[in-house]
Amino acid sequence: MSDKPEKTEKTDKSERTERLSVFKTYKLYVGGKFPRSESGRVYEVTDAKGKWLANAPQSSRKDARDAVVAARKAFGAWSGATAYNRGQILYRIAEMLEGRRDQYVREVGEAEGLSRSKAAAQVDAAIDRWVWYAGWTDKIAQVVGGGNPVAGPFFNLSSPEPTGVVAVLAPQESSFLGLVSVVAPVVATGNTAVVIASEKAPLPALSLGEVLATSDLPGGVVNILSGRTAEIAAPLAAHQDVNAIDLAGADEVLAKELEIAAADNLKRVLRPQPVDDWTAAPGTERMTAFLETKTVWHPTGSLGASGSSY
Amino acid sequence: MPTTAPHALSDVTASDSTLRRFLHGLPGVDAVGLEARAASLGTRSIKTTAKAYAIDLAISMVDLTTLEGADTPGKVRALGAKAVRPDPTDRMTPATAAVCVYPDMVATAKKAVAGSSVKVASVATAFPAGRAPIAVKLADVREAVAAGADEIDMVIDRGAFLAGNYMKVYDEITAVKEACGTDARLKVIFETGELSTYDNIRRASWLGMLAGADFIKTSTGKVAVNATPANTLLMLEAVRDFRAQTGIQVGVKPAGGIRTSKDAIKFLVLVNETAGEDWLDNHWFRFGASSLLNDLLLQRQKLATGRYSGPDYVTVD
Repeated sequence: MSDKPEKTEKTDKSERTERLSVFKTYKLYVGGKFPRSESGRVYEVTDAKGKWLANAPQSSRKDARDAVVAARKAFGAWSGATAYNRGQILYRIAEMLEGRRDQYVREVGEAEGLSRSKAAAQVDAAIDRWVWYAGWTDKIAQVVGGGNPVAGPFFNLSSPEPTGVVAVLAPQESSFLGLVSVVAPVVATGNTAVVIASEKAPLPALSLGEVLATSDLPGGVVNILSGRTAEIAAPLAAHQDVNAIDLAGADEVLAKELEIAAADNLKRVLRPQPVDDWTAAPGTERMTAFLETKTVWHPTGSLGASGSSY
Repeated sequence: MPTTAPHALSDVTASDSTLRRFLHGLPGVDAVGLEARAASLGTRSIKTTAKAYAIDLAISMVDLTTLEGADTPGKVRALGAKAVRPDPTDRMTPATAAVCVYPDMVATAKKAVAGSSVKVASVATAFPAGRAPIAVKLADVREAVAAGADEIDMVIDRGAFLAGNYMKVYDEITAVKEACGTDARLKVIFETGELSTYDNIRRASWLGMLAGADFIKTSTGKVAVNATPANTLLMLEAVRDFRAQTGIQVGVKPAGGIRTSKDAIKFLVLVNETAGEDWLDNHWFRFGASSLLNDLLLQRQKLATGRYSGPDYVTVD
């Protein structure tokens, strides 16, 4: 009697060979493509308890250079797109994220050592943040621009313009919500971005590239690099073709170094702001930090025989 | 008037049949081997001081070119100023070899580069198609030389070449060479993209050199396929072998499609490894290019300052 069940168990095992799981090769997201680091290097990424999760590409300065070239190339079309179109695309990103919510909940949970429900709250907040900024694309101009009263026969109009290519050091602790909270405002207003993902927890950021690539976001508008933050940030801060830098992910010492390097071509610098709770309402500061104001003086005068003027 | 120099090969141009027999007797090109060789030489890593040397050398070899219907005297003057002093923020930057313009702009260009080492090259002979009567082509050349051109870039009659009428092409080149006189150097453009096969490019190279070309040049830059590492390598082999047989050194000029410093350095590696150091000089090797110079300058600034430069720091041409 006892032999029989044992036998059947054995045959069961040999017939049902265990499936090998397919590991994902995490890659950079540059110019709408998914390259490995030019240097060929990778580094080990672990979860909050030190267990190995994956190897992430360790970008070099040449990857940073390539990303800037891609971002510059994308800037003309992205900044020239209508605000309405940009809003639709940002909303589309939220839609795509929603469909892959489970994947991000798992990745964020592993990366930050959060329970499933806490990780889900982070991901939901990140998706909502895309929607929030999607709504801002065609409203920011009314808030920070407008007609100025001047003492002369002029129409005087101020309108916000994107700054250009923005290097973004994503927050180190909040690997996904923090990342979205610094990237979305940059691209919402028409800038293009070169993003350095959180050094310890880059996987959610690298996965975000897959969503961006399928959301009608033109290649090069957002470029995502992983690796040693200080190594990649230094050439970006000194790069003459980068117009602004967001130092959210830099510590005090690094931030000072980078700000000095950034002064060379008068980059706009957003210094690290202490953020305890990324779920709090973000306000418009991160958008206005990377906007320039263009003011146009348009002469007016009396119009026609009635003598009316504007 | 010597049509050909008296050398070991002078008898092959005696008649149409000897010329044809000679050109068709050239060894066939191993296309796969040629491309593999060009590709493998392109993988050499040139860094730090060698890179700095290569960039300066490449800048000194650029024939800064503008060949547009919309060329204005102002644009040619701007080009001349850039050729003389490519990077105004760094006076150690070498001048380019020449500016290359259409014949009617030669006088303007000459004035713009006066007093410098920069030469004025002019395309001629009904560039880029070359479809004009010989009298018109020669008049084109004479006008350019009279206006002060130091170098003439002629196009061969590809139609005659492809029809196998080698003697006609030969006679045309010798006639243009004569029209150039003793002062102007002659570059012969084969338009390799229209010659279809590597065998044809090899034949054209030898034909051009036999007819007295001072330079052989890949292309006009006006067709889909321009200079490639493979066709340039083939022409470098031809000038090397030609000098071995006749003692006459001929220059090479790849033109069109070379846009980055990385590409330019690959070509320099080809020159050094194929023709040899004697050709690593702007008297014997040139790049026909316009946007290449800006990339060379950006790379040069990067090496000098250690930080990446951007398109805001070079001129918009």
